Order: sequence, then structure tokens, then C-alpha cells
Amino acid sequence: MPLALVDCNNFYVSCERVFNPKLEGKPVVVLSNNDGCAVARSNEVKALGVKMGEPWFKLEKLAKQHDIIALSSNYTLYADLSARVMSILATFSPKQEVYSIDECFLDLGGFAPDTLADYCQTIRKTIKRNVGIPVCVGIADTKTLAKLANHCAKKGLAGNNGVCDFGRLAEVERSRLFASIPVGEVWGIGRKISEKLLTMGIQTVEELRIANPNKIRQQFSVVVERTVKELNGIPCIELEDVGTPRQQIMVSRSFGQEVSSLGELSESVAYFATRAAEKLRKDGSVAASVCVFIQTNPFKEKAPQYQRSIVVPMVQPADDTVALVNAATQGLREIYRMGFGYKKSGVLLMGLQPKEMIQATLFDNQAEQAKSAKLMKVMDSINRNMGHGSLTIAASGIRQRWAMRRDRKSPNYTTEWDELPIAE
Amino acid sequence: MQQANLSCGHRATPSALLSLTHPNKEFVQRHGALLRRAVPAGFPSPADDYVERRLNLDEHLIEHKESTFFMRVAGDSMRGVGISDGDLLVVDRSLPAMDGCIVIAVVDGEFTVKQLRFTPNGPVLHAAHPDYPDMPVKPEQDFSIWGIVKWSIHKV
Repeated sequence: MPLALVDCNNFYVSCERVFNPKLEGKPVVVLSNNDGCAVARSNEVKALGVKMGEPWFKLEKLAKQHDIIALSSNYTLYADLSARVMSILATFSPKQEVYSIDECFLDLGGFAPDTLADYCQTIRKTIKRNVGIPVCVGIADTKTLAKLANHCAKKGLAGNNGVCDFGRLAEVERSRLFASIPVGEVWGIGRKISEKLLTMGIQTVEELRIANPNKIRQQFSVVVERTVKELNGIPCIELEDVGTPRQQIMVSRSFGQEVSSLGELSESVAYFATRAAEKLRKDGSVAASVCVFIQTNPFKEKAPQYQRSIVVPMVQPADDTVALVNAATQGLREIYRMGFGYKKSGVLLMGLQPKEMIQATLFDNQAEQAKSAKLMKVMDSINRNMGHGSLTIAASGIRQRWAMRRDRKSPNYTTEWDELPIAE
Repeated sequence: MQQANLSCGHRATPSALLSLTHPNKEFVQRHGALLRRAVPAGFPSPADDYVERRLNLDEHLIEHKESTFFMRVAGDSMRGVGISDGDLLVVDRSLPAMDGCIVIAVVDGEFTVKQLRFTPNGPVLHAAHPDYPDMPVKPEQDFSIWGIVKWSIHKV
């Protein structure tokens, strides 16, 4: 059964270009939190040899030479445009799996096979016109092949106009194509696995496709064996339909500047726990434990390094901000050591389960629970209506010196009334 | 910990997005209050059969919500058609650009709001103000239609 992988081209850069058409045709990079490294590159920047994840300080000279425009990441904007893209894509298929902020799988079963490429051209045109984002589409019988077809569409290795349908390739053509692609381009084949494959004489996608599955399983795992099967058109990875609840929720960030006091670190952890608790309640889940971690800056090789994490179990699975913040800050006090410059902290909520399924315990205090549920409801609705962080618990601090540095961020064109694009 | 760290990248967001994109979610939210009405034990309110939703301006102004964006007007080049400095524009990208409609065009990388007119010599951007001459679109110019202006909202 054919499926399509729709992937937005250079998504963050494309989002910026929708509202700032001057960026069209110019070399643009989007930098990670704290303007650390390149997380999205326009084609012009890729052509200059800039790699994904390259630190900005290494790029500054090249940037001056070629007038590269660097922007801080504007996740608010990207999330809004992503939601619009995904929502439109959902109208093209009864089954959609949103795989990441900029890509999704669509089930194309039931369509006449020879019309798929045209159908996907319609998808491309619709997304480009209605939201302004260019996308490429890969069509094949398995997820792994659809990913690869998308890669081919994007690089112009096969297909037309950003759509590549492996179903329309003759076997000889496909073998020739696969033989020209390095094995590392295959979904799930990371650097370590490709290095090991190389020692086994497997360099190209075609060589992996015809490899003996049993041998692959012995050398690696069922996961890589599954990849080989998928490359041969045998579906092994199911399409996960909309609405699969998250297994864990992570909120973590690097600080704008190093932080060393327990007080400031506590503020950051409380803030992250607050955000995580909001997400948790939105999913209708509760968390069984809270993991907190702190770390120093690994890039400052001469500075003393320290990193620790700790898991704090909840007496009872909870979605209450106050309880989760307490657990997180209590964990932090356990792992905090004086005398280090901390660069990052984070909170990970684990053991998530649907709220309605939690078991009552001996220690339940129903009056307390009803009160907390009420409080959380008020808190969420105030924050939804008045903007994030309108109502927080005091532990997360007011000054937030550790907040992100985003010196080059574009306006929130679609989510703030006073930051709308202007037309003369 | 390393693995946990990885999940904080953008791959962790899909479920957050999903809740926004589920096709039935909006319907459920909109009608949930009416569907889930409890059965009252006493006398029914005589007004029960007449419960309707209150008017919602979004519904009136926004036909295609995924392709609708807001913009702010600067200047008075469109005063003649009632679009003033500071007005809020409701712009739909999904509509076709027809002769005579008010558009957001991109000219040399800048947004401009004008009336689109098709002439034998090609498209022209027409301002609704005597001081602004028509702008014929030159072939060498970087030009595109960004969206169609559906409404201009003016504070009185």
C-alpha cells in the first residue's frame, strides 16, 4: 500500500521567508537556542558548504564574506505554520502521521497508482499557495522507502518537480539509483551503523537492500534487519495514526549566560517543570516521576565539568504544577554542587499515563485533589488567554537571567497583534 | 540522559501539534457543550430548545483558517476604497487573484496592498489615492501575489 512522506524544504528558513520575502534567494541560516549553531540552512548556505549543527562562531567569517543572514529561531512562528501545513495535509488522506514539526506520512492506499505523482503535485502546490511553504514528496510502499524517495525528490536524483514515486521506477532504474546513494542516507542508519556496514563492504543503499537479513540481524539488531526488509518493499513500521499520547515530556534549554547559584538554577527548573506540567495536562496525562538534570558547558574544555541527573518518583502520579515543581526542585537540591558554571538544565516527566486510569491509593485526599484540579484549570485558562507566563508559581523567578538569548529573532507575525507584517 | 536530551529537539513536538490538527477536534470543541448536556431532573427550561451558539466574528471573517493571515496597513494609498493607515487586514492566501481584487503583492521584497488590474499590457497595481500613480509590473521586477485581502477592519 503506497504512502507518501511530505517534508517541508528547509522548514525554518522557509517560514522566515513567508513573512520576509527579501530573504528569498539569499543565503540564510537559522540558529539554535542561544544563537549557538545552525539548525536550518537555505540552499544557498548549503551550497557554501555549511554543515547542519555548525557553531555560529565558526561561521562568522564566512558569513561576512557571503552576506549570510543569520536569524534566531522563532519556534512560535514555526509551530503555527507547521500546524497549518499539517492541517491542510490531513485533508489529502484519511490517515496521517505527523512525524516531526516539518514532515508527515500520508496513507495513499486506494488511489490509482498512476495518479499518485499528480496527486502529490497538487499537495505541493496547495501547501505552497495556502501557507507559502515549499515541500517535497516521496512515494513508496514502506516508510523507509518513502523517506528515501523524499530524499531523491529533494536532491533531484529521481522524479519530477519535487515529487518522486518509487512505484513508477523500473527495477533496473531503482537498482541503479540505490547504488548511487550512500547507505548513511537511509532512515535509521546513523553514523555508527554506517561505519560498521562499511567494514562489511556495504557502502550504498543497494548493497544494504540485497544484504542477507539474517547476517544483518546477527551483526546489528532486529531494527536494522527491519530496515533491510523495508528497503525491499516489505512494510515493517506501521503508520501511527493521529493522537498517540506522548511517552515522556521534556523541557530543557541552554541558558543565555552561565548560572552558578542554587537559587537561579531552581528558578529555571521550576519554570521548565511548569511548562512541562502544562503540556502534560493538555495531553490529559499524569506523570509518575520527574527527572531533573543540570550540566556545565562541555565546550568550555578548561572549565571544571559537572553533570548529574536524578529521578524523583511522585507519591502518586500527578499533573499538578505545584507537586511537579516541588519534586523537580527537591531533586535539584540533591544533585546541585557549588562552584560550577551551569549552562543547561532540564526537566523530563516520565511514566506518563492517561489521567482517568490512575489507581486510587491509601493516601488519597479527594478534597485536596479537587482543589488542585480547579487551581490548575484556572492557571491554564489564564495563561492561554493572557499569554504564556501570565500566571506562574513564584519559584520560577521573575528576572530569569537564565532565559534564552535570541538577538536575531523575527517578529511573531501570526501570534501577536502588535507584531503583524506591514503592508504599505 | 543523552537520549532524553535528543527528544527535546523538534521531534518531540508532534503530539503537541497533533492536538491542533486533528480534523474532528474543532467540531468536538464547538459542539461538545451541546452534545454533552446533562439530563435535568427537574422541569426543563422553556428556552432549552432555542439554545444557539453566540455569533463568532472569526467565523464571519475567516473562510479558510489555515490560509488566513492578518496584516497591518501603513500609509493611505488605499484610502479611496476605505482602507486606512493602521487598519487590520484579513488576508487569504488560498484565493485566486482576479481582476479588480485587493491584493497583498510582493514587489522587490516589500509587501504592498493595492488593487490588481489586468490590462492588455500586463498586470497593474492600482492605488486608491490620487497622489499614487498606477504601478505597471515590469517583467524584470521581482513580483508575486502573496494573498487576497478579504476584509479591512477599521477602528472608529
